Amino acid sequence: MSEAVLQRLDIRAGTAIAEGPDWLEPVRRAAADHFAKVGFPTSRDEEWRFTPVGPIAQGTWRPSPGVAAGVSADRLAPFVFGQAEWSTLVFVNGAYSEALSRILELPQGVRAGSLAEALRGDDAVLRTHLARHAPIDGSPFTALNTAGFRDGGLLHVPAGLDLERPVHFVHVTTPDATGTAIHPRNLIVIERGARASVIESYVTLAPDGVYWTNPVTEVAAAAGSWLEHTRIQRESERAHHVGLTHVDQERDSHYRSFSMAMGGALARHNLHVRLNDENIETLMYGLYLTRGEQVVDNHTAIFHDQPNCRSWEVYKGVLDGRSRAVFNGKVFVQPEAQKTDAKQTNRNLLLSDLARVDTKPQLEIFADDVKCTHGATVGRLDDVALFYARSRGVPREAAERLLTYAFAAEVIEEVALEPVRNELDRLVLDRLEARRGGAAGRG
Amino acid sequence: MLEIRDLRATAGDIEILKGINLTVNRGEVHALMGPNGSGKSTLAQVLAGHPSYQVTSGSVIYEGQDLLDMEPEERAQAGVFLAFQYPVEIPGVSNAYFLRAAYNEIRKSKGLEEIDSMDFIDLLEEKLKVVEWGPEIMSRAVNSGFSGGEKKRNEILQLALLEPKLAILDETDSGLDIDALRIVAAGVNKLRSPDRAFVVVTHYQRLLNYIVPDFVHVLSNGRIAMSGGKDLAHELEAKGYEWVEAASAAAAGAGA
Ligand SMILES: Nc1ncnc2c1ncn2[C@@H]1O[C@H](COP(=O)(O)OP(=O)(O)O)[C@@H](O)[C@H]1O
Ligand SMILES: [Mg+2]
Repeated sequence: MSEAVLQRLDIRAGTAIAEGPDWLEPVRRAAADHFAKVGFPTSRDEEWRFTPVGPIAQGTWRPSPGVAAGVSADRLAPFVFGQAEWSTLVFVNGAYSEALSRILELPQGVRAGSLAEALRGDDAVLRTHLARHAPIDGSPFTALNTAGFRDGGLLHVPAGLDLERPVHFVHVTTPDATGTAIHPRNLIVIERGARASVIESYVTLAPDGVYWTNPVTEVAAAAGSWLEHTRIQRESERAHHVGLTHVDQERDSHYRSFSMAMGGALARHNLHVRLNDENIETLMYGLYLTRGEQVVDNHTAIFHDQPNCRSWEVYKGVLDGRSRAVFNGKVFVQPEAQKTDAKQTNRNLLLSDLARVDTKPQLEIFADDVKCTHGATVGRLDDVALFYARSRGVPREAAERLLTYAFAAEVIEEVALEPVRNELDRLVLDRLEARRGGAAGRG
Repeated sequence: MLEIRDLRATAGDIEILKGINLTVNRGEVHALMGPNGSGKSTLAQVLAGHPSYQVTSGSVIYEGQDLLDMEPEERAQAGVFLAFQYPVEIPGVSNAYFLRAAYNEIRKSKGLEEIDSMDFIDLLEEKLKVVEWGPEIMSRAVNSGFSGGEKKRNEILQLALLEPKLAILDETDSGLDIDALRIVAAGVNKLRSPDRAFVVVTHYQRLLNYIVPDFVHVLSNGRIAMSGGKDLAHELEAKGYEWVEAASAAAAGAGA
């Protein structure tokens, strides 16, 4: 049956395997074989216990169609936030659109562009990094992506360079994506002492579209590098999204992630960060806004393999309607990882009696001289704060919106880039405004 | 302006206010004193509409309206302001955003247009002077990580901005050092006007050296046990609250 999935998605016989460089072919094949062997996960799988992937496994998905005609820059405008001078790479239904993308004034040696294009040459950076970070046996979805990806964003910042302006990867679907599976693949390589900001968006021009996005992003953060990586998932609320971000960090590097999830009928994001050397700092922030019948799942895993590293994680969720959120935060501290300082927090705000949260910290600590803490909360709006705002003249509903916004804003504040912060703020305010419009929420 | 008649209120099963009578007119400053636990904060919170307290009998008429029938936000919009004994922290919302939201809601309730952000900045600058503050405080989250004194000063800043008709200050002096106390008291004095009344709740007479009241009331066990002029505060300072309790017990005994 899993073999049939590969056939239908045109992965076995398709162009993806044939077209790539020689070194990639065996990797692809191994990935396809792995998927054929294990197939989709089920609820018996501990890793997928709370995440019903049935709608994906039982769907009959076609390969994605590539670039859709008739997507104009105007229609993309709402998703391409920030400043005009940012470089923006646009992928429509999985394929790079040169017409919609804008790559501007990059420092000498920096590469930002289509991964598929880079794969046409023999590329040392790809050879070193592509499919070398995210293990194909980590998840069937990763295997499927590795076997079948066509395109995605590539960013390479050579040693010592500061990519002053961010690069934005925009993955957009159109109504043509209905019924298809898309496997975007992004690669971000920040060499020694280099600095960059990357935004990775998943958005749609088909707000009711039923499709399936299966992205994988690999990040290599070399010694002394600094990277801010913001991921914004705003798929159709009838679509499915299962993604992995795998990060490998080297000595003295600083990686900060912000993961916003507000789309998808079923949405899952795995963020795995491996700390391969000493004195590494990792900040992982997340926000999920769910409503209706959405199921939104965040699985994070941080691997403290070496001593003297610090990880700090805060994920927050605002749940409405009958939606459900899953949070699983793994922290592995190896015996040699002494002086690890790891803190994890997951806080959930329920706006409805029918919303549900499954939150599970999972700390596995094998070193003794460490500082590791975690905390998870699920609650309603604070009555005292609500009264305080009302006592200043703010009506109940506006006060509820204000406090809900505040709850979300507290984690958004951690984003370093101001235009990104503003965009995230706007997304929260829009969602709260939609709720006022009498939308899905109340039930 | 405010007429409280035989007000009784409970929290859960416990009766805390046991028949309060108090009349406050425009321009007056009333000090409300009394030992810890006598019900001062409860009275203040009931007037602001705190949902934890149930009014079981009595009435409160404010500017001809039944105050107890109004939502907390309606009371604020009608000009009632409570400076909280324990101001609430709201992480994630800047002080500026919060103040502007409150200011605009009150304007909207009066059918006025919202103020634009430039004009608001000018207005704030003016109001910040009342509490001798710089603009830095405005970008911090509401009361979040503020010191005790900063929180109290922030309440007075809100008071200055929202310009209520009736301001109730609940122990705004507690936890203040002498400089902060002077600033807060000077702020309040600047806001005194013939149209505005104050109810100043305090445990100590110290504050009343700065904010000189027209009337002093002593609350004891949920009732006003004694009322007088500003000298009553000095007498209390000298004799202690036991004196009031003894005197009111004697009065109750004589009345029976
Ligand atoms: N929400 C509440 N629930 C139960 N008891 C309360 C509540 N609020 C106040 N009380 C009790 O009522 C009494 C009066 O409290 P309070 O009004 O805070 O006094 P004061 O401000 O004069 O010190 C105290 O005994 C206090 O414990
Ligand atoms: Mg009190």
